[in-house]
Amino acid sequence: MKALSRLMAVTRKEVRQMRRDRLTFAMIFGIPLMQIVLFGYAINTDVRNLRTAVADEANTHLSRDFVARLSATQVTDIQRRVDTVAQLEDLMRGGEVSVGIAIPPDFDRRVADDTRAAVHILVDGSDPTIAGIADQLRNLPLKFDTMMLPEREGVIEVRAYYNPERRTPVNIIPGLIGVILMMTMMMFTAVAIVRERERGNLELLINTPVTSAELMVGKVLPYIFIGLVQLAVILIVGDLLFAVPVRGSVLDLYVAGCVYIAANLALGLFFSTAVSSQFQAIQLTFFMMLPSILLSGFVFPFDGMPEAAQWIGEALPITHFIRLTRGIMLREAALGEMSGDLIYLGVFAIVAVTAAALRFSKRLD
Amino acid sequence: MTGEFAIRARGLSKDFGQLRAVDKLDLDVPRASIYGFLGPNGSGKSTTIRMLCGLLTPSEGSATVLGVDVLGRAADLKPRIGYMTQRFSLFGDMTVAENLEFIAEIYSIPAGERRARIDEVLERYDLVEQRRQFAGTMSGGQKQRLALACAVIHKPELLLLDEPTSAVDPQSRRDFWANLFRLAEAGTTILVSTHYMDEAERCHRLAILDHGAKVADGAPQELQRSTGMNVIEVLADDPYHAQTAISSLPVVASVTQLGIRLRVLIPDAVSDALEQVQGALAEHGISADTHLSNASLEDVFVAVTLDSEDRAA
Repeated sequence: MKALSRLMAVTRKEVRQMRRDRLTFAMIFGIPLMQIVLFGYAINTDVRNLRTAVADEANTHLSRDFVARLSATQVTDIQRRVDTVAQLEDLMRGGEVSVGIAIPPDFDRRVADDTRAAVHILVDGSDPTIAGIADQLRNLPLKFDTMMLPEREGVIEVRAYYNPERRTPVNIIPGLIGVILMMTMMMFTAVAIVRERERGNLELLINTPVTSAELMVGKVLPYIFIGLVQLAVILIVGDLLFAVPVRGSVLDLYVAGCVYIAANLALGLFFSTAVSSQFQAIQLTFFMMLPSILLSGFVFPFDGMPEAAQWIGEALPITHFIRLTRGIMLREAALGEMSGDLIYLGVFAIVAVTAAALRFSKRLD
Repeated sequence: MTGEFAIRARGLSKDFGQLRAVDKLDLDVPRASIYGFLGPNGSGKSTTIRMLCGLLTPSEGSATVLGVDVLGRAADLKPRIGYMTQRFSLFGDMTVAENLEFIAEIYSIPAGERRARIDEVLERYDLVEQRRQFAGTMSGGQKQRLALACAVIHKPELLLLDEPTSAVDPQSRRDFWANLFRLAEAGTTILVSTHYMDEAERCHRLAILDHGAKVADGAPQELQRSTGMNVIEVLADDPYHAQTAISSLPVVASVTQLGIRLRVLIPDAVSDALEQVQGALAEHGISADTHLSNASLEDVFVAVTLDSEDRAA
């Protein structure tokens, strides 16, 4: 009973101090809002409106029709028309256009000939996302036969499950929840212990009957609540601005969120016991941030990564959480179907908080 | 549990790498008394206090505090001791009342008594008006009173104070010591470290530390009586040349200038100490008033630290 009241005393103290720290308090809402708007609007892997130039050396009825159809896809934004392929290359080298459409003089004949390509599409490969759209363009239903033959469009059909309109925010936001929670949660606790050490509070605290475990858990508790508030902010803004659905159970999402938040807080706390200044604590969280963003499947598909990178990814809590959020929010999966990921997060949290309590010695030597 | 001594230490030592911060310290601190650690910075005062409350593990030796062995059972000790750190260590972004509440909760003071305890220490340590002030915005004296209030809110049997008056003005120091006497009268044992002679003089007993070793201990008056030195006070118009003249005597252990006065220490074994000093002054044609004096605590300090320098040499 004494232990519980001491634990609550630590928690109340944390809440009090946090409330007074206006900037930190503002960040609780500021970070998710800024990130969600930034990622939702600015990051768009569904490429449209690429600056395009056309060299139509055929200039026939058929070729003009082809250009018109290409333009209608909105993938390309035809800004320049030139006469020769050489001019196209010049424009691309100068960075004025990203895509060049070269239509040879014998376009009409080539269209009729199945063995030869009718059109050359030149793509600026220096930008990886633009290079990726070469595929998009190839898949466009523009595989020309002559007008006499029935159109062969629809030969290749791509259907995106769970995100049929291929809207980027729908893909991004479930993962973004993981990134935002990680950033704020880990940062909060990473500085929690070391800040008190720097301010001299710790020497007083460790001379009181409060135990390491009470101090650790008492510090983590208020932030779990804050994490859940952040989760709500992200879900509401995601719905209002980008119509990102939660197809599965909201309760499942919150359970997963709770465990994931605890895992990050515990990891931050562990960092805090290991470093000797707040600056080092921030450095360590940044050190965690990069692999968490790159290797978690948030940006790049997990399956496409080399095996070693996948091992690192598997170790990171965010990888498991992103699987859970995508599953619950987009695929309408139940938490029970993904219990492995949830258990990993739970074990991670317990191990990290125990390690932190063990590392944090109530001694100065 | 109610032994004669609140603290007993035998051969207590602490090494930080190559440096021996505390060297084979023996301590006997009687209950309900104020025991002082006098020594310059780096003499091992803080390190000793930290070992006694279990913050640092001794490299050698043993210590029993309030009947508890600090080596294995420091946790049992925590509720029974109060500790005031050298640096202000309360929460600057919380008010005086909030700090006290937090500390009261941490020490598991029952909710029913908490209010009354907090009011009591606010009253006693003159913090009623600062109740709602943020601790970080208070003056040095106020911070010190708050630190003391927090250190005693759970009525500890032993109070460890690490240079508690280093950041406050003389009036605050006097008030602070009045509070300490009151606590000692009520039965609290107080261990206080200081580098102020006037504070050391107020302690019931005293240990003088130098380079981690105890070079003298006893009641201040007792220490002053048993320096083993003749103390000669010299009042000279030209103290600088007087000092040079006296220092040339081989028997002189030390000469300290205090304004126009010189305090000369010559070992007891020298029976004609006063005559020798007068002779040296006359030889250099310096007119001065000389007389034997009683040792002050500062003389004691100089005398005992001289010994340790000799030993080190």
